[in-house]
Amino acid sequence: MALDVLIVDDSGAIRKILQRVLIQAEIPLGKVYEAGDGVEALDALKLHPVGLILSDINMPNMDGLQLLSAVKAQAATKHVPMVMITTEGSSTKVMEAVSLGAAGYVRKPFTAEQIKEKLAGLF
Amino acid sequence: MTHEMKVAAVREATHSVFEMMLGVTLKDCEPTREENAPVHTDGVVALVGLAGEWAGTGAFRCSADMARKVSGLMLMQEFPAVDQDVLDAVGEITNMILGNVKTTFEEMLGPMGLSIPTVIYGRNFITRSVGRCEWSVIPFELDGGSLEIQISLAKSTPKSFGSNHKDRLSAVISMEV
Repeated sequence: MALDVLIVDDSGAIRKILQRVLIQAEIPLGKVYEAGDGVEALDALKLHPVGLILSDINMPNMDGLQLLSAVKAQAATKHVPMVMITTEGSSTKVMEAVSLGAAGYVRKPFTAEQIKEKLAGLF
Repeated sequence: MTHEMKVAAVREATHSVFEMMLGVTLKDCEPTREENAPVHTDGVVALVGLAGEWAGTGAFRCSADMARKVSGLMLMQEFPAVDQDVLDAVGEITNMILGNVKTTFEEMLGPMGLSIPTVIYGRNFITRSVGRCEWSVIPFELDGGSLEIQISLAKSTPKSFGSNHKDRLSAVISMEV
């Protein structure tokens, strides 16, 4: 079954790169949706249920950790794995993301292989 | 936080970003110290603010041609002109470099905040940092062109920029003459 994915990052460049990595990854990829911050992501999730969320942390309006809390608080989305892909590398942020229910954490900069390995561990 | 420590952290982060995200290796050039913020006059400049007990600014600076080149390497496409995608890519490169520098600094200086990058492109403009502080300027070479990272970081004091010094971030005022 094809996997629909939501990519959340305020950088269009990173969204484009992640989309390319997803196409290269050996997962049955369905539709890929994009959002520029947490608010847009929650709006997108109301319209398009997905099987995976890749999200930055440092974003305007609603950051990635606030989005993670909101996703895990909603019955419709709480089981969707959410992988944080971010420059925030401090152990405090990693611990916070894990405690909120993040399925994985990848630090920018990243290689395509790192993303593929992280996704392979989820599916 | 010495000049040498800043240079080491910036070099490590910049090499890592360019090698992993752009697939190229930069050549290190001689770093310098400047008493006041380096003056920019044209090209692309991306600024991020660092805030905490230690606060300051990080900047990525390069020519328009170099901005098109690094964006093209990152996104695997040609950019005939500096457009929104180029500015976005330069902003993200800056965010990744300074974000990793921030993580290195946090191990020594405690938690810091990082602002969202502001990217400026144009000709005949001047950027100025208010206040006196030392800047470390760390240049690199790529295929005969140059780019540089500049960073200024100082311990916050209650007197610096009012009482909200811990939350101080970069601001840019734009005006037309």
